[in-house]
Amino acid sequence: MDAVDVIVIGGGLVGSAIAYGLGRCGRRVTVLDGADDAFRAARGNFGLVWVQGKGAALPPYATWTRGSQTRWPALAAALREETGIDVQLRQPGGFHLCFSDAQMQQRATMLQALCDELGGDYPFAMLGHAELAAKLPGLGPRVVGASYSDMDGHVNPLKLLRALHAAAQRRGARFVAGQQVDAIEPAAGGYTVRTQTGRFDAPRVVIAAGLGSRALAAQVGLNVPVRPNRGEVLIGERVAPFLDYPTTYIRQTEEGTIQIGDSHEDVGFDDGVRADVLAAIAQHAVHAFPLLAQMKLVRAWGALRVMSSDGFPVYQESERCPGVFAATCHSGVTLAAAHVLRVAPWIAGGAAPAGIEPFSGARFERAQPSLQPVH
Amino acid sequence: MESLFRTDVPAGAPRVTIEFDGAPFSVPAGLSVAAALLAAGARATRTTPSGHAPRGPYCMMGVCFECLVEIDGVASRQACVTPVRDGMRVRSQHGARVLRVVAEGPSR
Repeated sequence: MDAVDVIVIGGGLVGSAIAYGLGRCGRRVTVLDGADDAFRAARGNFGLVWVQGKGAALPPYATWTRGSQTRWPALAAALREETGIDVQLRQPGGFHLCFSDAQMQQRATMLQALCDELGGDYPFAMLGHAELAAKLPGLGPRVVGASYSDMDGHVNPLKLLRALHAAAQRRGARFVAGQQVDAIEPAAGGYTVRTQTGRFDAPRVVIAAGLGSRALAAQVGLNVPVRPNRGEVLIGERVAPFLDYPTTYIRQTEEGTIQIGDSHEDVGFDDGVRADVLAAIAQHAVHAFPLLAQMKLVRAWGALRVMSSDGFPVYQESERCPGVFAATCHSGVTLAAAHVLRVAPWIAGGAAPAGIEPFSGARFERAQPSLQPVH
Repeated sequence: MESLFRTDVPAGAPRVTIEFDGAPFSVPAGLSVAAALLAAGARATRTTPSGHAPRGPYCMMGVCFECLVEIDGVASRQACVTPVRDGMRVRSQHGARVLRVVAEGPSR
């Protein structure tokens, strides 16, 4: 077997993005992907490329997120050029709808604080109902207003995953499916990664195994305290375009599909759906856009977010096992450009990208309150 | 329209009249809308929302969703699991549905 430079454990959005980025740096990569029954956040997510509101509790996260959002056009162009796949990136700005004056006030206060924290370079606006209705036809009377930021957008997350796989393979990466990794062990010239059916050797290893990262990271002295957090999504039939902007919980795809989703459920490793949760999601959508009541629903799913105990990503190289890195987050779509263009060159041996230090797992050694993710 | 199908409904069995894209058809009572349309000679009963490819009833058992039509003003109904009823108005669907903007009530 040809020698490889880096083994990436995990073929989801994080692992595939890093594998593609490593390929761009000329590294030979093997990606160990899970089996079909693995929990795959990459196949269940919503598809926002989103900035507004993120990092309210940790402003460096806002900066890191924005550093990916601004690189997204370059990523989409590169993927299109290398694979012919249009991942349907659209960044027209996005809205977060509010249903009460209190919500409006809270949102404005939160975004203004972030803006101040970031030295004023954080474009957003609060729009009242009339102003908003002019941009969002079909807006319901219960919507009091919304926050808007031109930083926000969306993408087709399944096409993104496919494009990342194709682009990584075009750059020489080899994907091995059905691999469950048992151990990462130091070996001559690097590390041996043992799976249930084989062993793989390389000088460098990336743990991007989503919810599986916790146990693997512990083997190399890294603290990656991730837990599953379920989100449920409803998919409506394809209808004529009416929603020109993504919103935090409702978006329309290029083909007309309506995607609705919003739940944060602590239910362990259960990626099913619940009728009461789906009903609440549907009700919320109809309040936002009453015309959605006419729409037929075609499917629903649950997927497990990879949520660290403070909600922020973890990027860290092991001190005990140099050359072994952990990379995990719950925003694999938004952060894809950072993973390809900033994190991968670091893992390849370059300097750590500016602004990544706050995301070391060392922060979990200090006691911190658990935070709900906000976007 | 010349049908590709023959029904085994005996002559003299009860019939109902449905309208398909404005034209009346006498069809055997008790059939599904999809079966009735096929018996009446219909081929494509819709075009797809994104690619605009023609589609007609296919699985006839509620699974494939190819037979979607507008029935009595309600779009995207499955013709194969909807029984015909006298006076029913069926329309073929073309491309993506347009959701009608509901008139807003007084603010909040």
